Amino acid sequence: MSDTPMDRAARATPPVIARRIRGLSDRSIAWLFVAPSIILLLAVNIFPLIWTVRLSFTNFRVNRPNAAVEFIGLQNYRRILTDGDIWLTMQATAHFLIWTIVLQVLIGFSLAYLINKKFRGNDLWTTIIVLPMMLSPAVVGNFWTFLYQPQIGLFNYAVSFLTGVDPSSFSMIGSVNLAPWAIIIVDTWMWTPFVMLICLAGLRSIPDSIYEAAECDRASKWRQFWTITIPMVLPFLMLAILFRGIENFKMFDLVVQLTGGGPGSTTELTSINLKREAFEKWRTGYASAYAVILFVTVFGLASIYVKALNKVKQR
Amino acid sequence: MVAAGALMGASAMGATSARADDLTLCWAAWDPANALVELSKDFEAKSGHKMKFEFVPWPNFADRMLNELNSGGKLCDLMIGDSQWIGGAAENGQYVKLNDFFDKEGIKMADFIPATVTGYSEWPKNTPNYWALPAFGDVVGWTYRKDWFSRPELQAEFKTKYGRDLAVPKTFAELKDIAEFFQNRKIDGTTVYGAAIYTERGSEGITMGAMDVLYSFGFQYDNPDKPYDLEGFVNSPEAVAGLEYYKALYDCCAPPGSSDAYMSENIDAYKSGQVALQMNFAFIWPGINADPKVGGDKSGYFANPAGPGGKQFAQLGGQGISVVSTSEKQAAALEYIKWFAQPDVQAKWWSLGGYSALRAVVEDPGFATSQPYAQTFLDSMAIVKDFWAEPSYASLLQASQKRFHDYVIAGQGTSKEALDGLVKDWTDVFTDEDKY
Repeated sequence: MSDTPMDRAARATPPVIARRIRGLSDRSIAWLFVAPSIILLLAVNIFPLIWTVRLSFTNFRVNRPNAAVEFIGLQNYRRILTDGDIWLTMQATAHFLIWTIVLQVLIGFSLAYLINKKFRGNDLWTTIIVLPMMLSPAVVGNFWTFLYQPQIGLFNYAVSFLTGVDPSSFSMIGSVNLAPWAIIIVDTWMWTPFVMLICLAGLRSIPDSIYEAAECDRASKWRQFWTITIPMVLPFLMLAILFRGIENFKMFDLVVQLTGGGPGSTTELTSINLKREAFEKWRTGYASAYAVILFVTVFGLASIYVKALNKVKQR
Repeated sequence: MVAAGALMGASAMGATSARADDLTLCWAAWDPANALVELSKDFEAKSGHKMKFEFVPWPNFADRMLNELNSGGKLCDLMIGDSQWIGGAAENGQYVKLNDFFDKEGIKMADFIPATVTGYSEWPKNTPNYWALPAFGDVVGWTYRKDWFSRPELQAEFKTKYGRDLAVPKTFAELKDIAEFFQNRKIDGTTVYGAAIYTERGSEGITMGAMDVLYSFGFQYDNPDKPYDLEGFVNSPEAVAGLEYYKALYDCCAPPGSSDAYMSENIDAYKSGQVALQMNFAFIWPGINADPKVGGDKSGYFANPAGPGGKQFAQLGGQGISVVSTSEKQAAALEYIKWFAQPDVQAKWWSLGGYSALRAVVEDPGFATSQPYAQTFLDSMAIVKDFWAEPSYASLLQASQKRFHDYVIAGQGTSKEALDGLVKDWTDVFTDEDKY
């Protein structure tokens, strides 16, 4: 006997069988399946977060297991927010964040725009361009440390070739003025391809028919770019900015490899500073308060940004 | 209780244990560690225990091992930890106290170089409470290009310029003259530089380097009559002059791009023929001596020179070996320490490239001439000083790293401001520690 559509639909109907087994409802079974994930999430995300908040109100030090842990209220928060050095690390982070995003968006979008044109070998170029982002940041940091070396580094020789300046007369990672730019250059080199890929996805999602309609209306290329391309790629671009912003706010490995936070404290970003407080000075309570402040900052800024992103998408 | 049990277990076993254990020894990954692996084969053969080693590169050594200690990990049975860790490890019960064991086994601290006992074993300092056996004596000293110094044309030019022979410097002023003399000089067609000094920001590099100079200029950690009284000692006029000197030495004579250099970077700079002088811990000397390019007669060694007032000190390095209190094989670990303390083992340790701290080895009449650097090692160990070994040493170290790097490398503020800032930072740390 052959199956009719009705028979198949009957078999596919959600299982009444559940009710027959120990009286479990569909909803209970759903919860049963979801529960392990929820428990795991609570254990590895939510519990540590709550515990960090709790520790931030104490003077706990993980290297003093025998010392009494005292509740000290908002003292850690007060100390952090009135510490001039921490504001300097915030400033260094903001400088890094703003310039990397500006450069990566401009270069990434430009590359995507060029790659999107139909020409021979554009797939090969795409592959070549995305290679840096596939490398480990620690390796990239080490690699660029050699490139920046004043005596043997290719970067200095390239600058010397272009400008005539003695290559050993300047040190990209040893100079207060140049070191922040040294890490911006490397981060841009490494992560521009990521922005490019997202922009490329945006550009390729625009139907040709829109441009064809614009052509019929005799819209210039410039007008097409500003009224079609940019608005339609904007949500993708904003998404790329969000990802890069969050990533660069917590940037650590690349900077540690390149400058170690120096010279002095010029490139000491908040993540490096936080690591020093937590795992070098072992001020666990203090570092927890610091982490909470950073979390609230990123979460707050990201929430505002996501709202703006949603508005752009709805337009 | 655990320690007492272990001690009883160890003594019950006598020279050889009834049960073979796998012991893990934790240390930094460097040349002496390789020598210890070689040396420990004798212990394995004699005791029946198997030795495993966990070596971590220096830049991550403190992070990795202090994490291990603080988390109560059981990876390490024996730890050759840095001298600064002793205070924290003792107060937090991370190391086994060794007094009873030493008494029982007849191991006397008087048999070891006094500075190493104070530096590597005691907490509180200058009290007979021992948490480690001096394992590896080390100190900051200098290596120089003896072959360059002996060139007649350079000798003549130096004499004309400075009115004295180009020779091992007796003072820091002389050292700077020599470094300036070599800076940007062409030797055999290559541009060379004056001195490779410590400038590293991440761990402890610049502090070890700057302190090496500051001590001899008159820096003191605190008031000798009033502990933790820092004002006027840490930032004394002499200390200010010392830090100014260190910055001047960096500005005039360090190789380009050496703004984050520590042990390995300085070794590279010296071995590649870039610099005339190298500041570094003594552990590198066997490697320099054996190097085909700069070794043998091409290099010489000298102890840290004197400051302007004639004081002469050097930064202590080196470590003691301790039994980790969370180890479940403390009896076997103590057996290792007992074996390691023997004079013949210590003599072999020196012959393999490890710096023994046992007086019987270093005071042997043949010791000073046993290696080209042996006398310099003795001279240097006689003038050592160490960084704070307080439980809060890490916070104290981070403060000095920042203050020194900000001033010396980044050129921010003055020497006085840097040291005033350091007084403030350290006072804050000690206030948190209820020291006042």
